[in-house]
Amino acid sequence: MTRYVVRRLAMAVMILWFISIIVFLLLRVGGGDPALLQQGINATPEKIAQVHKEMGLDDPKPIQYLNWMKGMLTLDFGRSQLTQTDITTEFRERFPVSFQLMLMTMFWTIALGIPFGVISAAKRNSPADYVVRLFAIIGLSVPAFWIATLVLLIPAQQWGYGPPLNRQVSLFTDPWDNFRQFGPPSLVLALGPIASVMRLTRSSLLEVLRADYVRTARAKGLSSQTVILRHALKNSLIPVITVLGLLMGGLLGGSVIVEAIFNLRGLGAYVYGAILQKDYNVAQTLVMYTAGVAVLLNLGVDLLYSLFDPRIRYA
Amino acid sequence: MAESAARTTLPLEYVRKGPPRWKRFARTMRANPLGAFGLFLILTLVLVGLFAPVLRHHEINQFAGIPGRGPTSEFWFGTDKFGQDIYSRVVSGARISLQVGFLAVALGTAAGMLIGAWAGYKGGIVDVISQRIIDTMIAFPQILFLLVIVRVLGPSMRNVIIAIAVLIVPSVARIVRSAALVERNNLYIEAARAIGSTDGRILLRHIIPNILPVGVVISTTLLGTAILAEASLSFLGLGIPPPNPSWGNDINVARTTFPINLWAALFPGLAISLTVLGFNLLGDATRDIFDPRLRGR
Repeated sequence: MTRYVVRRLAMAVMILWFISIIVFLLLRVGGGDPALLQQGINATPEKIAQVHKEMGLDDPKPIQYLNWMKGMLTLDFGRSQLTQTDITTEFRERFPVSFQLMLMTMFWTIALGIPFGVISAAKRNSPADYVVRLFAIIGLSVPAFWIATLVLLIPAQQWGYGPPLNRQVSLFTDPWDNFRQFGPPSLVLALGPIASVMRLTRSSLLEVLRADYVRTARAKGLSSQTVILRHALKNSLIPVITVLGLLMGGLLGGSVIVEAIFNLRGLGAYVYGAILQKDYNVAQTLVMYTAGVAVLLNLGVDLLYSLFDPRIRYA
Repeated sequence: MAESAARTTLPLEYVRKGPPRWKRFARTMRANPLGAFGLFLILTLVLVGLFAPVLRHHEINQFAGIPGRGPTSEFWFGTDKFGQDIYSRVVSGARISLQVGFLAVALGTAAGMLIGAWAGYKGGIVDVISQRIIDTMIAFPQILFLLVIVRVLGPSMRNVIIAIAVLIVPSVARIVRSAALVERNNLYIEAARAIGSTDGRILLRHIIPNILPVGVVISTTLLGTAILAEASLSFLGLGIPPPNPSWGNDINVARTTFPINLWAALFPGLAISLTVLGFNLLGDATRDIFDPRLRGR
């Protein structure tokens, strides 16, 4: 087990290192000059040259890479090349937004996806099952950005209603406005995950229900409800937990599209703006963060697997 | 394997002939009504895409009527804020969306199959290196990957296709590799090698044809993903550049510029949803028909 953990950790580190090289190179391939973006088109060549020097853009690429890596390893992430703001400060400001969005999305996914998946499996081929399956396949096909757009446009056009969009509301000072701000985006964001968790819970539970020990439980005369909830459900949730873990890993990096549409100042909006404007430092640092969180949660889920399912043993 | 070997040794009159091909097709369809519906949706959309110039009522990118109106008998889906016929734009968008989807998936699947089959067949260092690269690419956050690539290459139809194709390669390669790992242990591969076939020949004439069904299944399920990816990129302004009638693009325009226009956002989105729904249903069905082992992946 320890050997397995060490090997997986080493692999995770290697993957992140590869990703750092890819991002670094990709961002520098195309045109675009952060100094020019920062100073505007009217900047004098001398000024541009000076900014280049300050940013370390004159150094050879490998040196730039090493400097960046050194910063990353010492947790000194530097400044945005565009706005000169400190990346760590900005990150601290934006992280809670993405974090709350993640928590609420996870809540909807678990609270709606699992129960309806169970109902669908328990009442297989009933009208309820068909409704759940129909919703699941539609939920996987409808683009989130379209639903998000409709969620904003329909109330705006019909009743002139809009959620508070232009300011950030704290959960503690004004819970209701905070919910008006985070409720719709988190539900929209949860739509796809709810659908896939429903499907997965259903198929996984159906598979477990075929197991011998379930038949034994039934033969003992237990009610259908007890068999499903006390015997079958726990085992059938193992793959669901994997998917939830991966989902959480993805959401911790923020959601580019939903944050952009609902004007939330989270990490997704941050990295999106940085990529658009070729703000190298911010873009590469945040890509590393997003990938890092995803890789670590992936690893965590794999390791938890052996706890949930003692049949799985690692050599 | 054993079954087909036995069949060749039987005298011909013992070989039972199956029902004709169209009958088998009809039977498969009846057994998978949802898949049949998906196929119907996709075929309809392909026809719409092909005949878009005939089907549209007005030229796109041209003023057609009073801007910002709801659906009428002349403008089926209403008019957008520039006075364009939304119906005509949606119909023309089918062409772009399907073109991007099919090309990106074809490119990505082809590359992924070659890489995966090669890695699985050769094993050793080739396999180890390609596996690590695949791991890395899968760990890379997808939407950021697309954004960075398109930002670097510049938004255009060709670059969107390239970006989506690159995104697809690792997941195809991974599944195909495991199929190739199984395939290479078969006796006929050994036989081919014994008579002096080169690696390239074995790969192209033996391994790839035998794992083709796996490729077909993955590519069908990936088509929906690819079309969603194009729509999302265009929505974010980094996909098909305006004024091309891309569905994602049109939704973004309806949303961001004043006055907001519900109809102009509603219908392109419906079109995207139906397209992706069609491919998802079709993908589920092909998976069940061709390769039950992949179920639930």
